[in-house]
Amino acid sequence: METGLILLLLIFPLAGFLINLFVGKKLGKTLPGLIATAAVTGSFVITLIYFIKIVSTGQAIHVHLFEWVSFSDFKANFELVLDQLSLIWLMFVTGIGALIHLYSIGYMKGDENIDRFFSYLNLFIFFMIILVTANNLAIMFIGWEGVGLCSYLLIGFWYKNHKFNDAAKKAFIMNRIGDLGFLTGVFTLGYIFKTIDFDSLKLAVTTTSNLEVSGLLGLGTLCLFIGAMGKSAQIPLYTWLPDAMAGPTPVSALIHAATMVTAGIFMITRLNFIFNLTPDVQLFIAIIGAVTALFAASIGIFQTDIKKVLAYSTVSQLGLMFLAIGLGAYHVAVFHVITHAFFKACLFLGSGSVIHAMGGEQDMRKMGGLRKVLPITFATFFISTLSISGIPPFAGFFSKDEIMVVAFENNIGLWVLAALASLMTAFYMFRALFLTFNKGFRGTEEQKHHLHESPFVMTLPLIILAVLATIGGLISLPFGYSWLNEYLSPILVAGVPAEHGATSHQFMLIGISVLIALIGLAIAYYQYIVKSVVPEEDDKITGFAKVAYNKYYIDEIYDTLFVKPFYVLANFFKNIVENIMNAIVFGFGYLIAALSIPLRAIQNGSIGLYLFFFVIGFCSIVAYLFFV
Amino acid sequence: MHDILEQVGINNYIYLSALLFCVGVLGMLYRRSTIVMLMSVELMLAAANMLLAVFSVYHQDASAQVFVIFSMAVAAAEVAVGLAILVAIFRNIGSIDIDNLKNLKG
Amino acid sequence: MNIAIILLILLAGSLVTYFSGNRFASKVAMLFAIAAAAFSISLLLEYQSTGATSYSIEWISKPNIAFSLKVDGLSLVMLLLNSLLLPIIMLTSISHTVKSERILYSLVLFMSFAMTGVFLSSNALVYYVFWEMSLIPIYFIVVLWGNGERAKRRRSAMTFFIYTFAGSLFMLAAIIYMYVKVGSLELHDIYNANLSHTEQIWIFLAFFLAYAIKIPVFPFHTWQASVYQKAPIMGTLLLGALMSKMGLYSVIRWQLPVTPYAAHELRSLVLILSIIGVLYGAIIALRQDNLKRFFAYASLSHVGFIAAGVYALTYDGLQGAVILILAHGFGIIGLFFSAEVIHRRLKTPLISKMGGIKSSAPKFTIAFFFMILASIAIPLTFNFVGEFTIMYGVYQVHLGYLLPLGASMFLGAFFMLRMYQYVMLGDKINRSFPDLTINETLVFVLSAVVLIFFGIYSKPIVDIISPSLQELMTYINR
Repeated sequence: METGLILLLLIFPLAGFLINLFVGKKLGKTLPGLIATAAVTGSFVITLIYFIKIVSTGQAIHVHLFEWVSFSDFKANFELVLDQLSLIWLMFVTGIGALIHLYSIGYMKGDENIDRFFSYLNLFIFFMIILVTANNLAIMFIGWEGVGLCSYLLIGFWYKNHKFNDAAKKAFIMNRIGDLGFLTGVFTLGYIFKTIDFDSLKLAVTTTSNLEVSGLLGLGTLCLFIGAMGKSAQIPLYTWLPDAMAGPTPVSALIHAATMVTAGIFMITRLNFIFNLTPDVQLFIAIIGAVTALFAASIGIFQTDIKKVLAYSTVSQLGLMFLAIGLGAYHVAVFHVITHAFFKACLFLGSGSVIHAMGGEQDMRKMGGLRKVLPITFATFFISTLSISGIPPFAGFFSKDEIMVVAFENNIGLWVLAALASLMTAFYMFRALFLTFNKGFRGTEEQKHHLHESPFVMTLPLIILAVLATIGGLISLPFGYSWLNEYLSPILVAGVPAEHGATSHQFMLIGISVLIALIGLAIAYYQYIVKSVVPEEDDKITGFAKVAYNKYYIDEIYDTLFVKPFYVLANFFKNIVENIMNAIVFGFGYLIAALSIPLRAIQNGSIGLYLFFFVIGFCSIVAYLFFV
Repeated sequence: MHDILEQVGINNYIYLSALLFCVGVLGMLYRRSTIVMLMSVELMLAAANMLLAVFSVYHQDASAQVFVIFSMAVAAAEVAVGLAILVAIFRNIGSIDIDNLKNLKG
Repeated sequence: MNIAIILLILLAGSLVTYFSGNRFASKVAMLFAIAAAAFSISLLLEYQSTGATSYSIEWISKPNIAFSLKVDGLSLVMLLLNSLLLPIIMLTSISHTVKSERILYSLVLFMSFAMTGVFLSSNALVYYVFWEMSLIPIYFIVVLWGNGERAKRRRSAMTFFIYTFAGSLFMLAAIIYMYVKVGSLELHDIYNANLSHTEQIWIFLAFFLAYAIKIPVFPFHTWQASVYQKAPIMGTLLLGALMSKMGLYSVIRWQLPVTPYAAHELRSLVLILSIIGVLYGAIIALRQDNLKRFFAYASLSHVGFIAAGVYALTYDGLQGAVILILAHGFGIIGLFFSAEVIHRRLKTPLISKMGGIKSSAPKFTIAFFFMILASIAIPLTFNFVGEFTIMYGVYQVHLGYLLPLGASMFLGAFFMLRMYQYVMLGDKINRSFPDLTINETLVFVLSAVVLIFFGIYSKPIVDIISPSLQELMTYINR
């Protein structure tokens, strides 16, 4: 019964996927969306049941199915676990997932391949559930790769456009580079501890007294973090995420903001007891996180595509989460993942609503003044912007503030980077808000005529998410009133550091955070409301702005450094190496042929000569027999 | 029979047959006409047969003479086939000079 | 049950097909192929109840050679691969008439007969005879039914024939040497022979030449692409799905346990060659415009991966290699058949002339995309289980080998998805692209079912092969 119900969690989205994949075309235009939404809602309901259960009992549930792969050193069973960590992730994966499915019904209306779209979305949810409920690293890897695959399929959903296909391919390949790191990490852990089960690993770590293997252990955690870099878009493997905005907007909201990209954080939190043993790697994670946060934010300032702004903001926020993780504050990272899921999904869906109204236009320079036509979208977008900027009492304020506190207590340098990133975040988010919704409309007449508020199926998810983005902070209030920390404490081996009540420097930090957010807001307000600046056209941008607008030319650099060489090599192999090797093989043939030329002279066809040789040969044999 | 062998001496028989064989071999090598070459082959065969016959007497064993009869029969058959081939070659090429028969050239 | 029966079925099938006339040839051949498949499944059931079986009769008294066959777990899975793929391979062409079908199908069955012999024989000379026998039918299949200009394909086929044959002669020399040394060519006598270190190295190299050409391992692969490209679909499938596996199987069965010292000594060399092959195939595939040639290089990359697993000389490497041999066999069928499906409809093998197929053929898109996913080893496909295991096997040797080998994870994905993009996606309109027929769908469904089922639940296969591999490992680690 228990097993069946938990399996149903997986079976719902899988069934939705299969139905839409194979018979979706026959179901018409609305049914696929309803089926898919119902499937995810079903999973959400089951999650909710277990979530309530675990909140009251605190007991994790294990489901053992069968052996999947076995090695000489360790086995990987198909085993699922529902504990505090996986359930909290499941809550927002299926919860926000269901909302985004609902939203997609409206957003994707009229697309010729709508059945395919929903089948991919369901498949994504399926793999995401596997990822978070996995009880060992191998099963987690199934979900890990699976979500990457779905991301590929969904980014390239409009497959007739080769630009989108390129973006999809790029996302998949960058993820796979990370996946190689992940696998190497898995192997290393398996090699050291002879198990890759989370429970046994935990046991092994605590019982193995001499960790002389720590060099190897550091390698393992580093490799796992490389995996996380790919999935969660950290420097240097982040460039796929902004490109991934080629996909339909609900996809960006679900996969590239709320769920999949947080998988890296999930994985490291899952393995916190191992990462805690390798402080060097932790520091590395923190630095990468802080640098990414700042770097992405600086690019975000200059973007004009509304989705690109949000994409860089996602990279930047993920950087903050890694900063928290690197500093050992897993509970803070998880908290930020949750609030981020709320406000970022809402922002993306809001931008989707805008794009929907604008008839596919994504350039903010052509928007403006949409507040009046899209009141609900504006309101929700506004709330989420306040939330992401860290203005109290919205959810983002609480989580971001905790990151700041942790950073300040551990490493002032990192705190400065994070504070700068926050300042930029507040600025570019309000910039996006003002450019899109305030002042006059800058688009064409036709677009203006087309403007309309989105239908109810699209605004309902917006409203729900905006509410969550407002009150989500309640799950982890500062000064020791955190429900989340208590909830997560069984997962975190090192435990959640006891809150030492309100201290003065904490108040000071809160003050600074708020101040930073307000400064960002003020600059944006001055620039875009008071001075009514509109970003310039592409070819007029100059100086640093141009470099940042072009993402520091990182894509071009990667292209020259890593992609072009492969083509050059391919040409080299095809035109030169292959010919040389062929020449060697045929060379043997020609060698034999050349040897045959002198030998052929003997075979001149003259019977007399043959007979002569025959006699000579006969005589020599006789002579040999008699005289030797 | 045995007396003659003793009078003449077995060595002389062997010399004769060796000489005969060499004549056959040289005939093979020097002559260009296929017919003559065939005849030389017969000469060599005759030399071998004679040796068989002589040793048969020398060892007082008749079985070698049976061999001689056999090999003569085979030689006859061989000549028949060989001549038939020669006739066929002559019809095709118009000559039986071995210098003209160079189809085995590699 | 007598295991020689399967050889008889295939040989009889070959003869009967030859005399059955062109009209019924394909059906008769299919019947025999299915019979062989059924028989090998019954062997499987028997194996599960009684374990390894062998069969031996006197053949040549001096030198002392017996016609001996043996089925253990490893042979059994190879036998199953061979006999289950045979009907699928035939299914690819059954609704497609060609000239003198009776000879073609007869040759296909004969080839399967020879390969089955290779997988079953436990006497080195018998093994060698079957090994060479398998070369004859494929030569004729390529020359008589292939694509492209006759003179050119004759040249490719001849190159292939002579190249592989020349390599095999070194193996024959090694076998003869071992006979002189050991006095018997029975498998377990050879395994227990006391060969000196130098002898082992020479024998290892002689075997390696034969296998490296057949598999093929870089740099002995030059025959591969043009033969794969020019062979007719059944020929390509026989080559890609089975014949290359013959080489890999032979490495596990005949090379490593016989010369364990040399294998350990030369491990880094052959491992590096295999890994170069993986990367080389992946990179050069980027610049191929002919779809079949593209898959040929993809296949070079994949078999290099398997070879790396084998030559890692770890238990996990071997197990992964056997799994990937099976998975790749089923997967490659889907890939080459997709190329054939496109070729039949668009009449062009060039990727640059394709594009936009996705919009007109949804069923084919799903099938093709699945096959691509399997070939880049997405989890929950059988290929992944194999690659995962191999990678761990190689990891145990040294991390330095794993990283370049693992690079194929993203390089493979790169060239495959790039190809998929230009073949299937985009907005070119191909009106003349009808979706899959029933027979074609069946080919894809059968291979996909195997790949998914064992991808999720690979334990049955592992249970069959692990005892034999354990045993082989004791010889390899001698």
